[in-house]
Amino acid sequence: MTTTTTIETPVGPAQPMVLNMGPQHPSTHGVLRVILELDGEIVLKADPVIGYLHTGIEKSCEDKTYSQCITLTDRIDYLAPLSNNLGFCLAAEKLIGIEVPKRAQYIRVLLTELTRITSHLVWLGTHAIDLGAMSVFLYSFREREEIMKIYEYVSGQRMMTSYFRIGGLALEPPPGWLDRVQRVVDSLPGHVDEYEDLLTQNRIWIGRTKGVGYLSAQDAIAMGVSGPLLRASGVAYDVRRAFPYSSYDEFDFNIQTQTAGDSYARYQVRVAEIRESIKIVRQAMEKIPTEGPFRAEMPGIIPPSREEMKTSIEGLIYHFKIFTEGFAPPPGEVYQAIESPRGELGVFMVSDGSAKPYRVKFRAPSFVNLQSLPKLCEGRLLADVVACIGTTDIVLGEVDR
Amino acid sequence: MESQELDKNPAVRKLRDSMPRAIAEVIESKGETTIVVPADELLRISEYLATDPALLFSFLSDISAVDRFPLEPRFEVNYHLVSLEKQVRLRLKVRLPGRDPAVHSVTPVWPTANWHERETFDLFGIRFDGHPDLRRILMPDEWEGYPLRKDYPVTGFR
Repeated sequence: MTTTTTIETPVGPAQPMVLNMGPQHPSTHGVLRVILELDGEIVLKADPVIGYLHTGIEKSCEDKTYSQCITLTDRIDYLAPLSNNLGFCLAAEKLIGIEVPKRAQYIRVLLTELTRITSHLVWLGTHAIDLGAMSVFLYSFREREEIMKIYEYVSGQRMMTSYFRIGGLALEPPPGWLDRVQRVVDSLPGHVDEYEDLLTQNRIWIGRTKGVGYLSAQDAIAMGVSGPLLRASGVAYDVRRAFPYSSYDEFDFNIQTQTAGDSYARYQVRVAEIRESIKIVRQAMEKIPTEGPFRAEMPGIIPPSREEMKTSIEGLIYHFKIFTEGFAPPPGEVYQAIESPRGELGVFMVSDGSAKPYRVKFRAPSFVNLQSLPKLCEGRLLADVVACIGTTDIVLGEVDR
Repeated sequence: MESQELDKNPAVRKLRDSMPRAIAEVIESKGETTIVVPADELLRISEYLATDPALLFSFLSDISAVDRFPLEPRFEVNYHLVSLEKQVRLRLKVRLPGRDPAVHSVTPVWPTANWHERETFDLFGIRFDGHPDLRRILMPDEWEGYPLRKDYPVTGFR
């Protein structure tokens, strides 16, 4: 389909076989299509075809007020909705110049780290099931469910949380929520040990992942990959450390790196990141004050408290105006990056001084990381393509937006 | 004002010294530095920024366009760079006319630009000369129009 190079074989010239993998292939994690050119079982060329899930989120954002856009960000990376919420809110806050109260910042850190854990658990489970290790999938989804219950308790939603709002949080977190978090972080390290018992020394697992999908540090930087993919190639770039946001500079954590640059190294990095995230969650639990505002005060931009809205005329007017016509940030443009579970999630936001963003661009880490797929799997066996797709940890909603 | 800007960002300082005609404008806003460069100088500047040992903007994190319709020059293309060694960000901006917007591809400097430029071409209709494989990426190949342009309705043409 793409090229017609002939290959000399002992029995004469042969054409490479073209194989369409996806868009409905179970191991492509959604609707990714890869056009593979094969010589026997060897992949000569891989061409990812994307766009099957393109819903025009960036265009839709231009037709919504800033607050309304938050609900769309949930749907970009549906495995890490809170990270997307955070990226969008931080960009808008930078544009307007809002200082978010410390309490809200710590709660944001706690919840986004839990998001990182759930996202890595889904990755671990699906990657393992792709490679034939069924039980890890069942275990990791069991633990994920416990964290999803925390989301539901805090925000009312399991997946499309929209819990972070411009200036802080949507609601005061319900009483006793930290006890639930405590229960999860107490049991999680043991569960991670369980997964490691099943996989880390497993000969089949090592055979399927070690040396598969190699990416050198130089290539990784040139291809712009970020997140665990980049760190598994030995580059210690983490947005949380390099460009701290939401008080990450007050937390003590290590950037997990490996130098092997293969699928196994990425597995090691992600499992280690789950443990680091647990560490950050524990620190955040200690830091979060029990009392204090959960969102900043900025009349006309951030909604007044319920009580103020009911008792003061200004509060009522602001409430009405914010929820009918929105608010207008000053003209300007900002780029705000956060470390999502998949890498650098950037939000480029342009305001023209009206109540709707003039342009929002999401720098989706999956989109960029997927670009390196041909580098990972060309010259290797067809079966390794599954391992390579799994190890890049793509979410097609984010690739296509 | 001018000298303050110079002090603030080493990239601006070095560019002013070695390529005086390369900088059309420097914008400092909200803690971010933007260098507006002429479209025909972009590739040379990119090479310089990516390889100069004091700067090393080796990581291109994003390319995104903005449509300023009906203003002229209509399009802006923004390149968000990161120096992993120095932990600095920088934005390059190129302004392009509404008629036949085209700029040279930066794929020779940053291979990651490949898909970013395909996306910008797909959604804005901006051509990247010298791009190895300039096809639509998100929209179907036979799609007409460029959806993220401001004269393209949100509901689509029907």
